[in-house]
Amino acid sequence: MSAGFINIQPVILWTDGLIFLLTAAVLGFVWFIRRREHLLAPWRRVAKSPMAMGSAIVLLVFVVIGLLDSLHYRPRLEGGAADKPQYAVEVLSAFDALLSNLRTQQEKTYSAPLAMQLYAKEFIDRSGIQVRAYPRLKFGGAHLTDDSERQSDILQRSLIGGVQGVLLAIVAAGVLGLWHARCQSMHPRNWLAAAWRGQLESPIRTVLGVLSALLILACIGAQLAAAYHVFGTDKVGQDVLYISLKSIRTGLVIGTLTTLVTLPLAIGLGIAAGYFRGWVDDVIQYVYTVLNSIPGVLLIAASVLIVQVTIESNPELFDTAAARADIRLLALCLIMGVTNWTGLARLLRGEALKLRTLDYVEAARAFGVPHGRIITRHILPNLFHLVLISIVLDFSGLVLAEAVLSYVGVGVDSTTLSWGNMINGARLELAREPTVWWQLGAAFVFMFTLVLAANLFADGVREAFDPRTGGRR
Amino acid sequence: MKALLEVRSLVTELGTGAGKIRAVDGVSFDVAAGQTYALLGESGCGKSMTALSLMRLLPDGGRIVSGSVRLGDADVLAQAERDMRRIRGGRMAMIFQEPMLALNPVLKVGSQIAEVLALHQNLSGQTALDAARALLDAVGVPDAARRLDTYSFELSGGLRQRVMIAMALAGKPELLIADEPTTALDVTIQAQVLEVLRGLRAQQQMGMLLITHDLGVVAENADQVGVMYAGELVEEGARDDFFYTPQHPYSRMLFASLPRHPGESGGDSLRLATILGQVPRLDGSLAGCRFAPRCPHAYARCRDESPGWTELNGQRVRCHLAGQLPAQLARETTPPKTHILPAEALLQVQNLKVYFPIRRGLLQRTVGHVRAVDDIALEVRFGRTLALVGESGCGKTTVGKAILRLIEPTAGEVRLGGAALASGNRQALRSLRTQAQMIFQDPFSSLNPRMRVADILLEGMDALAVGAAKDRCNAVMALLRQVGLPDDAGERYPHEFSGGQRQRVAIARALAVSPRLVICDEPTSALDVSVQAQILNLLRDLQDTLGLAYLFITHNLAVVDYLAHDVAVMYLGRIVEQGPTASVLRTPRHPYTQALISAVPSIDLASGKTVIRLAGDQPSPLDPPSGCHFHPRCPHASAVCRSTYPEKTSTGNGHWVRCHWVAGQI
Repeated sequence: MSAGFINIQPVILWTDGLIFLLTAAVLGFVWFIRRREHLLAPWRRVAKSPMAMGSAIVLLVFVVIGLLDSLHYRPRLEGGAADKPQYAVEVLSAFDALLSNLRTQQEKTYSAPLAMQLYAKEFIDRSGIQVRAYPRLKFGGAHLTDDSERQSDILQRSLIGGVQGVLLAIVAAGVLGLWHARCQSMHPRNWLAAAWRGQLESPIRTVLGVLSALLILACIGAQLAAAYHVFGTDKVGQDVLYISLKSIRTGLVIGTLTTLVTLPLAIGLGIAAGYFRGWVDDVIQYVYTVLNSIPGVLLIAASVLIVQVTIESNPELFDTAAARADIRLLALCLIMGVTNWTGLARLLRGEALKLRTLDYVEAARAFGVPHGRIITRHILPNLFHLVLISIVLDFSGLVLAEAVLSYVGVGVDSTTLSWGNMINGARLELAREPTVWWQLGAAFVFMFTLVLAANLFADGVREAFDPRTGGRR
Repeated sequence: MKALLEVRSLVTELGTGAGKIRAVDGVSFDVAAGQTYALLGESGCGKSMTALSLMRLLPDGGRIVSGSVRLGDADVLAQAERDMRRIRGGRMAMIFQEPMLALNPVLKVGSQIAEVLALHQNLSGQTALDAARALLDAVGVPDAARRLDTYSFELSGGLRQRVMIAMALAGKPELLIADEPTTALDVTIQAQVLEVLRGLRAQQQMGMLLITHDLGVVAENADQVGVMYAGELVEEGARDDFFYTPQHPYSRMLFASLPRHPGESGGDSLRLATILGQVPRLDGSLAGCRFAPRCPHAYARCRDESPGWTELNGQRVRCHLAGQLPAQLARETTPPKTHILPAEALLQVQNLKVYFPIRRGLLQRTVGHVRAVDDIALEVRFGRTLALVGESGCGKTTVGKAILRLIEPTAGEVRLGGAALASGNRQALRSLRTQAQMIFQDPFSSLNPRMRVADILLEGMDALAVGAAKDRCNAVMALLRQVGLPDDAGERYPHEFSGGQRQRVAIARALAVSPRLVICDEPTSALDVSVQAQILNLLRDLQDTLGLAYLFITHNLAVVDYLAHDVAVMYLGRIVEQGPTASVLRTPRHPYTQALISAVPSIDLASGKTVIRLAGDQPSPLDPPSGCHFHPRCPHASAVCRSTYPEKTSTGNGHWVRCHWVAGQI
């Protein structure tokens, strides 16, 4: 699997494969509903909700970062025979390549956000005299000669970044506006007037607002990150911004792949229990009642320990540390999925119980339609809105659960970059005086943004799909 | 005399922007004290919205745009919301269609009535409970003292509706608004409730606004009648004038589309008149007369100019042709049938029993059975219709489903076209499925909203492998045409169709596998009168052209008279009387059949019939009465009725009855 001329060896980790499978499935689903008006209608309502579309933009940014971070490869090492190239043991991703500066600019240990000195005093050699002082950082603010220049430099960089952001936002607004005006077959000038007065039906103004805010933030961040550690550095001197960005993928993997495990169990067992009733229902109900009565954390902790022992006793199965950490991540998804399906299954069982008594199901039975066909054609499509609502609602809960589990120590591998591990690492330093707060702060900001966006989007989806809110006909 | 309620040019709108609907458009009428004003019309005509506007209880997004409502000396629309609360319940009260939804299931009946009494009459404690008991007595609830301590779900439908009426009366209202008060009830219970309402009105000199779609209910209860169409009042007049000389084409067509009542001169060979199309959507601009698109007499002026009121000796009507319409609508007659069908039976049912076990306790032991169907024998001949008649809960739907094996029968034999259907035999079951199909009651729940109409029709053909796969698409087109749907209907989804069209789709689905027997489970009870006529005509045409046999399950006796050749009357899981339609409906012998037929409200004012009032409700099939099931409600019951179940007594001409009283007379 060598692509000689680009000097890398692509690596597909298990979670990468599943993520791309999932992406393909989502795209397939989009293609499928595109021409089906009754399936499209609720999504049109989602598209008309400003809150949902605004948060969708934020989610999209997270997803793009996550996807870029899932394109893994091993760089080729210098030297070695041309016909037998050697590759590094370190697995990098496309996202790492974009942010190579952030990744490689390691300091010695803690430093505060936007600082130019380390956080701890050290003995340094200053013109021959040993002084105990804050040493300068290797990269953060290295271009400055004196601390007094720092503030004006930061301000200047922020301003430049802000202006760049505004310019980019204007370009983006122009492109989006032209495209939208064309879709609506309006003259761009009329479109502009209508958008200004808020007379357009689609929430294009909200979308543009969120997009502009994100672009401006990103440009300011990029300007500052070129010369500083925006969120400081951690214990081993790694850039916290980089860790936070890398954690996005972990959060998304946990949030989505767990659902992927949950869905077949919940849909299959839930519908089977509700549709067949009788002993099938009894068995399934007993299973999930038992599963529900075991404390979730306990079950997860036990399973994670088993997985960990298995991984450690079979080191020959994994060629890189990344592959090992990845298997543990996947195992966590599986375990959380297996413990998480009961709620949705119970919901679907109740709905299937109701649907099976409806006349159209009776009519199908009067034609002797087999059970499998009745379930796939009559039951499943009519409770799919419930599945969708619960997917988006569960997502944020799972992201938060990862943080809690990693904090307790039964979450992802300690080498995997994740918000939970960041919080876990910050835990000990919180007692320090003065406090090392930025790790916790950065993890909080990113997690909060993702979960809030996911929740707002979920609200929009629920509103559009839930028949009780009058969304459906 | 000054009117109790004066409504003038009331306009109510729902929604905003493009979806705005003018649900009530310039409605004016008066209700006098001690009189009943009936608002009549099909669903979607704005009757209920008018009532809700009067109470100022419009749903979200609804508002009264203009007009005035005066109740006595008070201007209802000018009241502050705080004062309005005193008027609601205090001066005007409302009873709703579905009594189960209007009563709180976690509160006892007594405390719910007492709550209203506390609000409007400042009664509390024992005084309030005494007053509540007196109210229940007044609405004819037996054993009122005990009923105060029950919850609404422990009561039967009729009792619940009476409790609702008692609650409405608790504030001593001057005006009672009854929105379809008996639509959800059986005819015998309907007769009881309507009698209670009539008595109370006379006794307390209340004004009553009765909202209904049932001409029979209007004929027996109203003093004044107003016909609503598409948000407007189109005709108004005294009851007798309205029933003898309806003036508006819409009113006339409503009469013509009604299957005649059993006791009246049968219009057997006449087709029912149908009103084409449906009530227009009330959005945007409705130019001209709103009925013009459906009116057979419409001419150019009708489409451009909205007609004003015309007075015609006491009646008022909004029609350009007022007074000039031909006296009688021409009704088509069905050509006499040319089919010669074998006279032997297509469907034979013997000793059919369906018991539902009741399980209790930890080990789910069976402690008893609900005898939903208890030893029934039926016979449907080729190309004929057998109607199975009875009140809700008597097991008639269960019979239909048991024949189709949608519910597994406990015992009994079903023979279709001579072949016995042994249970568990896949081949026999398959042949049953192609030969017998079902049409369901509610066209909204019987079609999968996620499937295209063509897929719905194809489903049965695919599952039973009827015809070659490549011919099936053509078969779908032929079916759609046969049931009178447009050719492009197959590509559309069920929600794009109206109720009547959906029922046509359901009929087409049943016909897709070319069955010989169709079981129709109340196929028209969820539809408006004019649409019901279309469906009944269609069923009749299909029978003539395809030689179908129907097992027609219904509670509507007028429909039976129009469609059925034979009738079987069911009571509590058993058939109590069976015979040719004319014989059973004109000369009913069983006391239950007699009561059932007399309870149907008649639109014939001169019929002068007396309603045979049945005491109480149908008992539970869990614990049927000993002897004849009907004896606790029967006016002719004797000692023998209480001990032994009666045998068949034949009264000749294939007409038989299970009754000791009848047997004693012969």
